[in-house]
Amino acid sequence: MNLLLFSLFREKKRRRIEELNENMVVDGGNGDRSDWQGRWDHVNKFLERAGPFTHPDFEPSTESLQFLLDTCKILVIGAGGLGCELLKDLALSGFRHIHVVDMDTIDISNLNRQFLFRPKDVGRPKAEVAADFVNDRVLGCNVVPHFKKIQDLDETFYKQFHIVVCGLDSVVARRWMNGMLLSLLIYEDGVLDPSSIIPLIDGGTEGFKGNARVILPGMTACIDCTLELYPPQINFPMCTIASMPRLPEHCVEYVRMLLWPKEKPFGDGVALDGDNPKHIQWVYQKSLDRAAEFSITGVTYRLTQGVVKRIIPAVASTNAVIAAACATEVFKIATSAYVPLNNYLVFNDVDGLYTYTFEAERKENCSACSQMPQDLQFLPSAKLQEVLDYLTENASLQMKSPAITTTLDGKNKTLYLQTVASIEERTRPNLSKTLKELGLVDGQELAVADVTTPQTVLFKLNFIS
Amino acid sequence: MTDHKTSKEQKYDRQLRLWGDHGQEALENAHVCLINATATGTEILKNLVLPGIGAFTIVDGHKVSGEGVGNNFFLTSSSIGKNRAQAATELLQELNSDVSGNFVEESPDKLLDNDPEFFHRFSLVIGVQLPESTCLRLGSVLWDAGVTFLVCRTYGLIGYMRLIVKEHTVIESHPDNALEDLRLDQPFTELKHHIESYDLDSMAKKDHSHTPWIIVVAKYLEKWYSEHNSQLPKNYKEKEAFRQLIREGILTNENGKPEDEENFEEAIKNVNTALNPTKVPSATEDIFNAEQCENITSQSPSFWVMAQGVRDFVRNEGNGKLPVRGTIPDMIADSDKFIKLQNVYRDKAMKDAAVVSKHVEALLQSVGKPPESISEQKIKLFCKNAAFLRVVHCRSLAEEYSMDTFNKDEITSCMDSEMVLYLMLHSVDRFYQQHSRYPGVYNYQVEEDINNLKLCVNSLLQEYSLNVNVKDDYIHEFCRYGAAEPHTVAAFLGGSAAQEAIKIITHQFVPFNNTFLYNAMSQTSATFQL
Repeated sequence: MNLLLFSLFREKKRRRIEELNENMVVDGGNGDRSDWQGRWDHVNKFLERAGPFTHPDFEPSTESLQFLLDTCKILVIGAGGLGCELLKDLALSGFRHIHVVDMDTIDISNLNRQFLFRPKDVGRPKAEVAADFVNDRVLGCNVVPHFKKIQDLDETFYKQFHIVVCGLDSVVARRWMNGMLLSLLIYEDGVLDPSSIIPLIDGGTEGFKGNARVILPGMTACIDCTLELYPPQINFPMCTIASMPRLPEHCVEYVRMLLWPKEKPFGDGVALDGDNPKHIQWVYQKSLDRAAEFSITGVTYRLTQGVVKRIIPAVASTNAVIAAACATEVFKIATSAYVPLNNYLVFNDVDGLYTYTFEAERKENCSACSQMPQDLQFLPSAKLQEVLDYLTENASLQMKSPAITTTLDGKNKTLYLQTVASIEERTRPNLSKTLKELGLVDGQELAVADVTTPQTVLFKLNFIS
Repeated sequence: MTDHKTSKEQKYDRQLRLWGDHGQEALENAHVCLINATATGTEILKNLVLPGIGAFTIVDGHKVSGEGVGNNFFLTSSSIGKNRAQAATELLQELNSDVSGNFVEESPDKLLDNDPEFFHRFSLVIGVQLPESTCLRLGSVLWDAGVTFLVCRTYGLIGYMRLIVKEHTVIESHPDNALEDLRLDQPFTELKHHIESYDLDSMAKKDHSHTPWIIVVAKYLEKWYSEHNSQLPKNYKEKEAFRQLIREGILTNENGKPEDEENFEEAIKNVNTALNPTKVPSATEDIFNAEQCENITSQSPSFWVMAQGVRDFVRNEGNGKLPVRGTIPDMIADSDKFIKLQNVYRDKAMKDAAVVSKHVEALLQSVGKPPESISEQKIKLFCKNAAFLRVVHCRSLAEEYSMDTFNKDEITSCMDSEMVLYLMLHSVDRFYQQHSRYPGVYNYQVEEDINNLKLCVNSLLQEYSLNVNVKDDYIHEFCRYGAAEPHTVAAFLGGSAAQEAIKIITHQFVPFNNTFLYNAMSQTSATFQL
């Protein structure tokens, strides 16, 4: 890990403190009405004292606490299982300027671990309730909520933070966040300006397993560098679901994917809502019927809901562990108190407690962070559909619904776009045309947009023979 | 069949999928004692209250201090000067109305003086930030009373846990990558007959391609036996040849090109594990050979009664094999073939479990207990998990500390790891004994205490004749810590300890044995058996 980065991080920090001091008019003291004697004793020992294991850049100081309290700005993505823990951990570590983004509202099934929420809060936005609770419990803390999708916020928003820490439940969202921070990097004559780097701490959990990682965009392995660590979700084959069910899960998928669109039990155009008990009840009954037809046992309401909603089991304890590890890293980076994790921690407490720490490596040609042109090799007689399949199925790309555009005859042309129905219909015939027929040439640049990244990815088309 | 979900079922849905309704029931019947509502203590309790522990009692004689509020989410500045047990109980209770919270404003030492039996009522006692002397005293009382004790402490950037329990049995260990129990090396009669009902060579393509891979492997194994003196493929070379044999069985089209037969591909892929000889795993063997299994009395826990029942099965009707587990993995096959095959295994599992039940009933009667005292359901669960049974013994603190029985080998051989932190924790305890405080609490003490702490380290090593080296850096670092309890380390330990507590209470998943150390500086951890 580049220690130079941290010198520059500290420099950025120091400049900000100076700015703040310059701007402060009357209220110049470090006294704070919401602080009481000894409040920050547990934190201060790591800021005011020299030690043998500190980061080489670390300087003991009574001012570091002020930086945490007054200047340092942290962004927490997600106010769910990890998010609630992160907000608490950061607030009690001295961070006061915290923003939290979450697009969800509270559900009763959150209450077994998302401890900032109560039964009366069900239905309210997570970010807002979480912020209220922490601000109320931890005096002086100022958590600012954003009841939004991460994609609804732009670079002016993200640029203001010193560190971003994610407690997300989707790989797509992680990749988007990763892409956003990469897009903020400034290169001067091909050299990365370290002060444009915003460290990203990412945590994830599933049952009794979890991981925490530290990403320095542009310098260390990013989310996309290690995309293979997230294998694509395996869905059941269609023929199994349609005609050869064997497991109770197959019966539920049959009802969800085939029967519901056919019977439209709650009206035309009414999609299956996994949170609607009436919908689940219907699916459950029909799944039982399907199972009976094939002498399959084991369909229960719980199983039905689990399959429909793709539920991942979750408990408070794993979230507590992973969020704590992430928050420790935020503290280390913000204060240089210790050398941060380099760079990936895996945790599993099914059998005893197991941790494994390793350095994930950067991918030389990573489509997100390498700045290397991405090559596509196809025959000129290949159909556009093959290119689309490659973009979605390739383990290193795993795009969801890529939109492909290019420049033809000096004009911007959309070759295929899925996310807007009218454009999808118009461009669909292109999928069965060959690349040659579409007018593409060897070396053609294709710009691909996808929900997994805020920036378009440029590909160079190489014709093979 | 109740389709309507209670709000408790909805609330706990995500965790019920991990430990089931019976695990939840065990949790709701438990009463846990927490000693000291410091940040570590309240974090542990939070992760037990949220999933719905039946009841908790906080034992704490301390008053709330300013610094004690700073790192603790369950204390507020308005409670400074008040009793910490009560203040923390209020804010923890508020997390979950299903849980019953209690507090005792008393130090554990006082309770040990006046009413040691106070601790007997708990399923588990969790002691946090305890001085060594209190820890040892309490450890002794709980050991004699048979109450599980979990010691936790956060010291600077170090987390420590020690589990003390004479014997903890686990039926449902939920192993991550369990091998299937297919019996292909020694098919039971019903499986043999079922396999015989297939004739691959005469099947239409559709049936051929949708025959379960288990049948495919079984059929080709018969072929192999006839050419190899009824010996299983043993090494890599033979398994490769066997895979090739199966591959040659894939149907070809009119041009001689192999058809797409996914079930055959599955068969080939599974050759490696499917032919593993069926045998009793060593952990289960150890359980069968244990003294508790051999000598069943009317006091024997049901785990050991069932163990002997299964052991008797293995030695008799089972012909050296455990009761059939009864599950098969999903595989490419048409519904009818798959269900029929699955039922062959299921039916055999039920038959075997019924035989085990007979053994268990006889055993119960022989010690004067009613045969229904262990339910069929429990016996079935035990049989299904017979290959995954675990027993954990975490020895007493007295044995860990005693000059005669401390684990010298483990300590000296693991000095490259987190073991040095274990020695440092013992050393700061020595310091505390001598100076009635921990080293480096105040800035001005740090420098001076380094030398004093070093003396403690040396006296510890000398006393235990430990010929190891503890680097000065650690001594300096532990003074620097000043016995701080940073929240993020307390929270990490809070999650870890709570999960171990849940394992103890539900008897599901396997607890650590017996010392866990977490280093937040390096984000590494280790478990030692001390």
